Amino acid sequence: MASVRLERIAKRFDAGGTPAVDGVSLEIADGEFTVIVGPSGCGKTTVLRMIAGLEGPTAGRIFIDGTDVTDLPPRERDIAMVFQNYALYPHLSVRENIGFGLRMRRVDPVDIARRVDRIAESLEIGVLLDRRPAQLSGGQRQRVALARAIVREPAVFLFDEPLSNLDAQVRAQTRGELVRLHRRLGTTMIYVTHDQVEAMTMAQRVAVMHKGRVEQFAPPLDVYRAPSTLFVASFLGSPTINRFAGRVLPDGTSQRFDGGVRLRVEAPLAEVATLAVRPEHLNLVAPTEGSAGEVTLVEPLGPETILHVRLTGGEQATLRLGAGTTPAVGDTVGVSVRATEALVYDARGRLMGRGVA
Amino acid sequence: MRPDRAGRRRAVAGYTAAILLASVMLIPFLWMLSTALMDEFEVFQYPPPLLPADPQWANFPNALTQLPFARFFLNSGILAVCMVLGQTLTGALGGYAFARFRFAGRGAVFAAYLGALMVPAIVLLIPRFLLIDALGGVDTIAGLVSTELVSVWGVFLLRQFFLSLPRETEDAARVDGASEWTIFWRIALPLARPALATVALFSFIDAWKSFLWPLVVTQSLEMRTVEVGIASFHGLYYANWPYQMAAAVTALIPVLVAFLASQRFFTRGIQLTGIR
Repeated sequence: MASVRLERIAKRFDAGGTPAVDGVSLEIADGEFTVIVGPSGCGKTTVLRMIAGLEGPTAGRIFIDGTDVTDLPPRERDIAMVFQNYALYPHLSVRENIGFGLRMRRVDPVDIARRVDRIAESLEIGVLLDRRPAQLSGGQRQRVALARAIVREPAVFLFDEPLSNLDAQVRAQTRGELVRLHRRLGTTMIYVTHDQVEAMTMAQRVAVMHKGRVEQFAPPLDVYRAPSTLFVASFLGSPTINRFAGRVLPDGTSQRFDGGVRLRVEAPLAEVATLAVRPEHLNLVAPTEGSAGEVTLVEPLGPETILHVRLTGGEQATLRLGAGTTPAVGDTVGVSVRATEALVYDARGRLMGRGVA
Repeated sequence: MRPDRAGRRRAVAGYTAAILLASVMLIPFLWMLSTALMDEFEVFQYPPPLLPADPQWANFPNALTQLPFARFFLNSGILAVCMVLGQTLTGALGGYAFARFRFAGRGAVFAAYLGALMVPAIVLLIPRFLLIDALGGVDTIAGLVSTELVSVWGVFLLRQFFLSLPRETEDAARVDGASEWTIFWRIALPLARPALATVALFSFIDAWKSFLWPLVVTQSLEMRTVEVGIASFHGLYYANWPYQMAAAVTALIPVLVAFLASQRFFTRGIQLTGIR
């Protein structure tokens, strides 16, 4: 068990090019489950590979359990990693795959056999021990990769999109198992994914990355409720958060946004700003009460319905409605913003504040 | 139905072409076998007979005992074993380094390697001989073998193969605590078995059929290889064709066995590099 601290680490793959990772600092507590999430190419996997020691940072330091490991090879870092394509050794049996790391550490063969059996039993892959990876299904390979990581009892687990090659059902199931595994082992886990559902459901804290930088590092619900940048607001949440561009009104008391939204804002008024509102924070009202618009698409999902509205100015708005009577396509409706939930971002995409009722 | 029939017609045409081509390849071998069984003078009849009138099976033992062929086979065997071991090992080491390690001048060195592929072997014959002579290796096994232990082509083929292996497998081993040598020896090398077999096979055939170098670097009769031995039936004024062919047929057997045993690797190797 160990804490992990990244101090302004950076990585450039070619000199002079844009950095893949640009000054990332994170402090991950001992035993914490952290998810690093972001779109592809944001540098999240590179961060993980630098923690593992598979890539050297071009700047910054990495500490595991307080020790500077920046210049140590992977085998001296006491970490284990599960790869996206599992990276099992194709020419070794499942038993040899799981025991490989222990053999490398010259653990007594009797002890290896005992530990491999125990782990295989707990992950329900005991019957597969004599097979080769090619004879396993995706889900089984995933478990073998997991067993190979767990058996070493490392101080830190690193996961690189371990569920992305699984079908939806197995993925949902494994997600739960990983969370339970974390609770049982209590080991520090760092998990990289582009899947926001995994980020929201598994993490104790989420680091959202964009263009090589960490935009926000906080518990998932905090990130969802108060995204510190417009990128984070747009990246997390499905359907995507509504965005309306706006300007300061000449009277200086409130801001007016596209879509006819007029809002008093708790933050200092900015020349240009963007209003971001989650679909569940838009209310359906009478056309005269809010911004009027025409329903263009209705997506009934069962417990909720997603409503797409084109406002009179041409802006698109998405509403999340509870079960009940919903308008039909072509209806004219009114849309109003729940002011205290509305987020206002400045021209550089930083959160300035919320609306005031 | 129509596409099915068209497909069958295409298959028939393909097989016919393949059989014709195979026959063209096969005829010299059959001719060689037929000549090996002919009488010494029958060979020179006109028009030349296709088959021996009275097969001379004694040509085989006679040819193989007239010259010390047991010794020639031993020499060829030593050359082949050394070349197979040397070229697969150096090929694997060099190929892995080119595929996986970042080092200064990697691109330039690799380009130089590829450039070396284009130098005809015959151009190197005299420099090699002078070198071996200066080292006192002429007419010794060491001299025969030492310049054949590295094959640029083998390095190239194995580099291509290592590049095709997923890096993540090696990364997993690295995280599992393996040293770079262990990763090479225990992970990459076992996965490269098909490519290693291809290199080994080609080295073996190269060794077995090599003629010019053994001819130049060996001088005494007991240092000759099979190929050189076969050629010595062919004198300045007289050639014993049946004996020469009988020895050639015998020399073919190890190559045939090696090829049949590892045919599938051949095709794999050709797919990998597009060479040969």
